[in-house]
Amino acid sequence: MKHLRLSLLSGFLLLLPALAGAQSPSFSTEVEALLATDLEGAGNVEAQQAWKVIVHEAEAEDLMTLLGAIDSRRPLASNWIRSAVETIASRQETLPVEDLKSFVLSLDGDPKARDLGFQLLRRGDAATAEKLIPDFLQDNSLPLRRLSVAERIETAQALVEAEPEAAKEVYREALEGARDVDQIQTVTKALRDLGETVDLPKQMGFLTHWQVIGPFDNTDREGQARVFGPEKSLDPAKTHQGKFGEVKWQPLTTADEFGMLDFNKPYGLLKESVAYAMTEYEAPEERDAEIRIGCKNAWKVWLNGELLFERDEYHRGIRIDQYSMPCRLKKGKNQILVKCCQNEQTETWTVDWKFQLRVCDSNGTALLATNRPPTPTPEPGADEGRRRR
Amino acid sequence: MKLLFSILFSAFFGTVAWADWHTFRGPDATGQNADARSFSVAEDSIVWAADLPGEGVGSPVIVGDRLYVSASSGPHQDQLHVLCFSVADGSLLWERQFWATGRVMHHKKTAVAAPSLVTDGARIFAHFSSNDLLCLDLEGNLEWLRGLTLDYPNASNSLGLASSPAMAGDVLIVQVENDSQSFAAGIDSKTGINLWKVDRTKKANWSSPVIYAGTDGKPIVVLQGSAGLDAVDPRTGDPVWSFENGASTSTSTAVGSDGRLYVPSNGLTVLQPGEASVPATVWLSDQLSPGTSSPVVRGGLVYVVTRSSILTSASTEDGERLWRLRLQGPISSSPVIAGRNLYVVSENGLLQQVDLDAPEGEVVGTLDLAETILATPALSHGSIFLRSDHKLWRIGKP
Repeated sequence: MKHLRLSLLSGFLLLLPALAGAQSPSFSTEVEALLATDLEGAGNVEAQQAWKVIVHEAEAEDLMTLLGAIDSRRPLASNWIRSAVETIASRQETLPVEDLKSFVLSLDGDPKARDLGFQLLRRGDAATAEKLIPDFLQDNSLPLRRLSVAERIETAQALVEAEPEAAKEVYREALEGARDVDQIQTVTKALRDLGETVDLPKQMGFLTHWQVIGPFDNTDREGQARVFGPEKSLDPAKTHQGKFGEVKWQPLTTADEFGMLDFNKPYGLLKESVAYAMTEYEAPEERDAEIRIGCKNAWKVWLNGELLFERDEYHRGIRIDQYSMPCRLKKGKNQILVKCCQNEQTETWTVDWKFQLRVCDSNGTALLATNRPPTPTPEPGADEGRRRR
Repeated sequence: MKLLFSILFSAFFGTVAWADWHTFRGPDATGQNADARSFSVAEDSIVWAADLPGEGVGSPVIVGDRLYVSASSGPHQDQLHVLCFSVADGSLLWERQFWATGRVMHHKKTAVAAPSLVTDGARIFAHFSSNDLLCLDLEGNLEWLRGLTLDYPNASNSLGLASSPAMAGDVLIVQVENDSQSFAAGIDSKTGINLWKVDRTKKANWSSPVIYAGTDGKPIVVLQGSAGLDAVDPRTGDPVWSFENGASTSTSTAVGSDGRLYVPSNGLTVLQPGEASVPATVWLSDQLSPGTSSPVVRGGLVYVVTRSSILTSASTEDGERLWRLRLQGPISSSPVIAGRNLYVVSENGLLQQVDLDAPEGEVVGTLDLAETILATPALSHGSIFLRSDHKLWRIGKP
């Protein structure tokens, strides 16, 4: 009898977890495998297995754990996890709306994860999701911020006729929040149409004052790799041997709305030539930043003597923030050097020899140098062109 | 014979097994399907239409009763989509989204979802202009992914990438040719890991790899580029032969037929690869110059659509031009052939059916879809499948 009671007790104890509801697996090992994926497919085999385990076993309550594992600094892993989240979510009849709302509202959360969480929240409870949008204006997630800016723009547009002063105020809010170029352009035009001044280069952090030197030789496109004098010394008093003789540094500023610096202005419509532009950027503190360049010529960019990136593509197009280079600014003076190469092509669309460069944080918020000079005034007639743009 | 078998099978079992459409320009990248029958194109020919997100110019692929297609969306076109639709009724069966990890800048005429999908019948492979490469199973489960611009930071094209990947057995072939970090790679389709990678000419190139059977029957990969063609072993990337007389770098890609390659080179050049390191040139004609569409071959004739939207027919024996037919253009996509009919769509969305057996070729049917269409169609289930940025259509009742 005693033996039977012990057996029954043991059996009961073994059954307890099942009776209480088995504990949800944490998937920590599997998530680690996804986070370990790396370049050239490293970790793919392990990630494949881990993904299957997660998707097979996870339920709705596991979505928050997975969302919390997304790290934008690990884009490959982020996609692995996103895919798992969406696959799991697609088979749920209901989503954990309250948990998703809390996740989205946790402002220090990963921006990509929060955007994905918002998309899921929208799917689960669109009304609740929409109510959050006005508060996203300064959000660290750019897609969420964009929604909020769009709402502000719509509100301001409705106010323009009847309450232009109120419209200006809302447009100003939108401009402070906007980080996407199209929204910045829309709001800037609207404010200017209302008679307001917008210093766009300053708003976006474009560098407008440079010292330039050139031309140097770029025959057969070999100038990109050649080390000309400015790459050895940035002494502004030093002269160097250029393509046609001795060359020296000279100031060149740009009043272009988007900071476009045009080498054709000082040097003419040269072909097979290289020019350099340098500027000194004083940072108030040491910090992470991004240097973003738009350029349709071959180029190189150095920060404090360290090559950040180079690109040897010619005349395939240019756009704002075409390339983003993460960097570390020193407190105080930072030297930025740009090498810009013009090639041999003769088509009319290949005359451009120019670049635009700005300094910002990873969200595109302008980081203004403490030694930033006032934005140059556009030349007469440029206003009309600006408005047309 | 295969068609007869299908019909008998269908009559007995009440079902039809249609040939799949696995890649850009279909089985063997010839622009034709073995069991494709002609169908009429007219205003009442639309079987169904479905909505697509964002943008895309890649062709759909078809496996069984499912169609797969890619798209890209968002204000920055950095949301990548792979979608699965029912062939029967166009209902969306599943959709998966990913964040672009590479550059999304592209010419306004193309899209980040520009390369066509490719499938081995069990998995879907999607390459995007952002140089993201994805492998999903037919149910949308992720198998693996790569960010090829993360791997090779200068492997991008500011005008956009568009080469469609190809399958050679279990090796996925990708061409990422651009002005900077230009390469082609053979990737293990099970894991996404490189089997080989070769540097290519540093010049932007939008043509796609072609797989053909070598003299020993084993698959050979043909990489087309500005310098010409390079044939390589799909498992190792080792060179097999080279043709160095230049070739198109637009989306117009060589087609193989009866052991020959019809190459957009100096107009059209026909090669006969053999054992030699340089294939023999059978003939070439500067009067047969494809624009951005690829040539198609049928029944001893080769057809090209020129930049002026003229469909030109020529003998495969010697390139003698036989007839020319003006189509409504402009035309970016490649034509496809079902039975006696060639189907081609203009950029403005006019689907045109051409009777190839008419003495001078004849447009016998049109359907105005009224949307910009740059993607090459797919053929299966007795129908043609087309996509614009926003719509997916099945046209032609079997």
